Amino acid sequence: MSERVEVRKTYKLFIGGGFPRSESGRTLAVKGPDGKLLAHVAKASRKDLREAVRAARGAQSAWSDRAPYNRGQILYRLGEVMEGRRAQLIAELEDVGVPRAAAEADLDDAVDAAVYWAGFADKLDQIVGAVNPVAGPFLNLSNAIPLGVCGLSCPDEGGATGLVGLIAPAIMAGNSAVGIAGGQAALVMSTLGEIVATSDVPAGVVNLLTGDHGQLLPWLADHADVDLIDVSGAPPEMGEDLERRAAENLKRVVRTHGAQDVRTANAFCEIKTVWHPARI
Amino acid sequence: MATLAGAPGALTIERPDGQPVHVGPVDAFALETRAKRLASRSVKRESKRAGLLLATTCIDLTTLEGGDTPGKVRALCARATRPDPDDLTVPPVAAVCVYPALVAVAREALQGTSVRVASVAGSFPAGQASIDERLHEIRAAVADGADEIDIVLNRNALLAGRLEVVRDEVAASKEACGHAHLKTILETGELGSYEMIRRASFIAMAAGSDMIKTSTGKLPSAATPPVALCMAEAIRDFEQQTGEAVGLKLAGGIRRSKQALGYLAIIAETLGTRWLTPERFRLGASSLLNDIVLQLRFQTTGRYGRPGDLPVD
Amino acid sequence: MTTARSQTGTGENLAETFSEYVPSVEARDIVSIKPRYGLLIGGEEREPLQGGAFATIEPSSGDHLAEISEGTQADVDEAVAAARGAFEAGWRDLAPRVRAKYIFRLARLIQDRARELAVLESIDGGKPIRESRDIDIPLSAAHFFYHAGWADKLEYAVPGMRTAPLGVMGQIIPWNFPVLMAAWKMAPALACGNTVVLKPAETTSLTALLLGEIVQEADLPPGVVNIVTGAGETGAALAAHPGVDKVAFTGSTAVGKKIARQVAGTGRRLTLELGGKGAHVVFDDAALDQAIEGIVDAIFFNQGHVCCAGSRLLVQEGIADHLLGRLKQRMELLRVGDPLDKNTDVGAINSHAQLQRITEFVEGAESEGCAIHQSGAPLPERGFWFRPTLVTGLGGSERIAREEVFGPVLTVQTFRTEAEAVAKANATRYGLSAGVWTEKGSRILWMTQRLKAGVVWANTFNQFDAASPFGGVRESGFGREGGRQGLEEYLQLEPAAK
Repeated sequence: MSERVEVRKTYKLFIGGGFPRSESGRTLAVKGPDGKLLAHVAKASRKDLREAVRAARGAQSAWSDRAPYNRGQILYRLGEVMEGRRAQLIAELEDVGVPRAAAEADLDDAVDAAVYWAGFADKLDQIVGAVNPVAGPFLNLSNAIPLGVCGLSCPDEGGATGLVGLIAPAIMAGNSAVGIAGGQAALVMSTLGEIVATSDVPAGVVNLLTGDHGQLLPWLADHADVDLIDVSGAPPEMGEDLERRAAENLKRVVRTHGAQDVRTANAFCEIKTVWHPARI
Repeated sequence: MATLAGAPGALTIERPDGQPVHVGPVDAFALETRAKRLASRSVKRESKRAGLLLATTCIDLTTLEGGDTPGKVRALCARATRPDPDDLTVPPVAAVCVYPALVAVAREALQGTSVRVASVAGSFPAGQASIDERLHEIRAAVADGADEIDIVLNRNALLAGRLEVVRDEVAASKEACGHAHLKTILETGELGSYEMIRRASFIAMAAGSDMIKTSTGKLPSAATPPVALCMAEAIRDFEQQTGEAVGLKLAGGIRRSKQALGYLAIIAETLGTRWLTPERFRLGASSLLNDIVLQLRFQTTGRYGRPGDLPVD
Repeated sequence: MTTARSQTGTGENLAETFSEYVPSVEARDIVSIKPRYGLLIGGEEREPLQGGAFATIEPSSGDHLAEISEGTQADVDEAVAAARGAFEAGWRDLAPRVRAKYIFRLARLIQDRARELAVLESIDGGKPIRESRDIDIPLSAAHFFYHAGWADKLEYAVPGMRTAPLGVMGQIIPWNFPVLMAAWKMAPALACGNTVVLKPAETTSLTALLLGEIVQEADLPPGVVNIVTGAGETGAALAAHPGVDKVAFTGSTAVGKKIARQVAGTGRRLTLELGGKGAHVVFDDAALDQAIEGIVDAIFFNQGHVCCAGSRLLVQEGIADHLLGRLKQRMELLRVGDPLDKNTDVGAINSHAQLQRITEFVEGAESEGCAIHQSGAPLPERGFWFRPTLVTGLGGSERIAREEVFGPVLTVQTFRTEAEAVAKANATRYGLSAGVWTEKGSRILWMTQRLKAGVVWANTFNQFDAASPFGGVRESGFGREGGRQGLEEYLQLEPAAK
């Protein structure tokens, strides 16, 4: 009785709602702890990054026009779909050497992170915005507005939670996202694209690149059409250089580490204040 | 009846004879909410059949392509007189709409039928030629046998605030039409707001248009329920102020029967059944006719049909 | 512009046949109504301990639908005990993110069973299917969705305060928006870690009981939500129960005052969402067609069974005649009839008793010298119906000008200046809602700042959102539902450690 030959998955990039290989043709050889090859995962180049940013910019305006409730529902759906893919993601983590118990806890946390941020979307203005009691006959309102395109360096050793922990708050606030992860997170990063694609997230709102932080982050930090970078997954020694590059267009540089609280929410939005006179 | 005249912010337009008409503001969200509700009326069975037949009689079957030839127009005219080749109870459409060069062909093909010949004229679709050239084109189309002329509003002048120019050109076009019926296209997709659409509607009506029309069909944005409601309300208010009944033509992006029925509901509940007639209501469309025929067949047979069964025009 | 509802079929006139809109009735078979319903206590459906049952009927026909249990004091005792047990045994101390996920489940299940809930709501309560399907049920799901997201974010609910749940909530809801009112009560209560005893209105218990099924489908721990059906006495027993930590009541001002007296001195928390006599102000620069839609929506939506209805039109004198003429024409287009017909605009009056009350008000107005105008809508033969009605020629002191009718009846008065509009609008002991129509932004703000109401709508009406706090001032009650402020009603607050 011959053993069944399994159909092995191809791990690709996720850009503009589609799954291309890298335009460079390059790949990351992802191996198990025993050295056995698991897959050749697409390795994003600077041109892939450029395309991802273009897709993100194209999708961002319509995404931020949606009602916060709608964005929250979509994030919740992402959690639902991820829950359904638990076993696959746990297996992909175990394959790269993450112990089973840690992988299970990681998936628990990743789904819960999607749910946490789903529930933040329609509260953001209530928590970070305000009606301001100015000394004049005005209605003065401060609202949270998105920044635009957010580049997210996701920690290679952070599992699924490290990815969702940055992507979810970014898009919750109405931004679009370009995420980068490699190393131990490469397989789940690629699979996360499939989860995003089936969760009613409009094409281009989330773009996921498997690749090398050292190679891609300087290009991201230089890119004039990126409004924020979260360097939580960047090697610490890159920090100063990235901040200096970012200064060219004054994109925001943050390091949220995906903390589930208002600090992260604040990092992914800014405040617009409007005055309306109230006299007849 | 000028009770709104004193309202702050009311825009007044002077007709060629000096009579003023008053245009008021529009609230977009409430307009859209009402339009959505009207367009989603649930129209079934006898009401649906009646609506589909009514819609058919109000269609201006249109072809406005650079590649239109006499052969194409003759095929369209045949279709216009007999929308369902297998069911003669389906009535003919209201009109066929073509470019001026093909008016004579359409006239001959439609001889002896109830289907009218409509022609775009006046530098369609942009309307940016000189007024003399535009009027010349209108007269030529009428001379060739057009019963109806569809012109475009001068958006250049409208959006620059030269409202009297807009009005005067429409009035001149009406005169050039002679006995032919004038439809004025507002190109609502270019106007930016419902208030501008309402303003454009009033100017076109004040200047003597027999019908106001949404779009040329050459821009991606098309007729929508809120636009139709906005124009219908303008028509109703114009009639209340002047006693004159102007018609409404919706064009651009109307492909499905459900859309057509939604528009009929908007007309019925805004202007009343007096407007549900080809004299006062038209749908400028081409593929809509096929969808209506299929829907009528479904009503009769209870089976979903195959679009490929219908003639190509 | 009449809606000619001729019964004679198609004939030659296509326009007439089209515009009469033959009935397009939503199928009832998605709903299965049991002959008899018990109470939901401690996670189980059970018979009342002592009480009997009463009938619930379909107001559009008068037909009997089902027998509903009459909960007595003994049942209320059991329900409160079950809620207390569930609170102590785990709900209070459940990790907030876990509680959140239970409540997200409720939102999703409501969405899954949305059509069923909408059809049942229309059958039992009388409101048009278009409203229950497009407004009531989606808003209810949204309410659970919104509040689920607060469960694990309560540290942001009140700046500088540490929060804790209160305990057992006694919640009494009315018959005008049965599912929505249940959602408005249950969602924040649960999100804040409390447990619930819900007493639905006696004429509209069926959808509450269906929500009870959904609670069980969501696997909420038994006793977290309990439902005790019954009439006024059942509600009174719940409101007075010493085991309840907080009472939340939506209903008439008269009963609200009774409850306030009962609760006095007990230390129990109380929120009241009571009646209203909403002023709807229209200035001469308003977008007229849209203002007419707003007026119609404000008073004829849900048959006027709306606490925040815009039931007092205040129209600027210069446009009053013109506006009224247009309003009357618009009223003729309102289709009154079968709630399950998708084209119905105005459904059935909820009960015979309510129909009598409305009729008395209007007859009284006539005898006090007012002019009554009603639409010409034909009415079905069976069931409880009232035509859309305008009352003009008021001085302002008539009973109908001051008291809540809770029906499709609009009083009309005029004003000259902004100040006069504000004075007339505020001349009421109520203060739930108000509306303003004008195209000038600064006038909107000037007016909204001065209208004494908990909710003010400008160039719109009857907009509701889970994120938007709702509630009244003065004798329309106190406390808010929805938004961040609505959470405070369901929490104990202590200053956070410095």
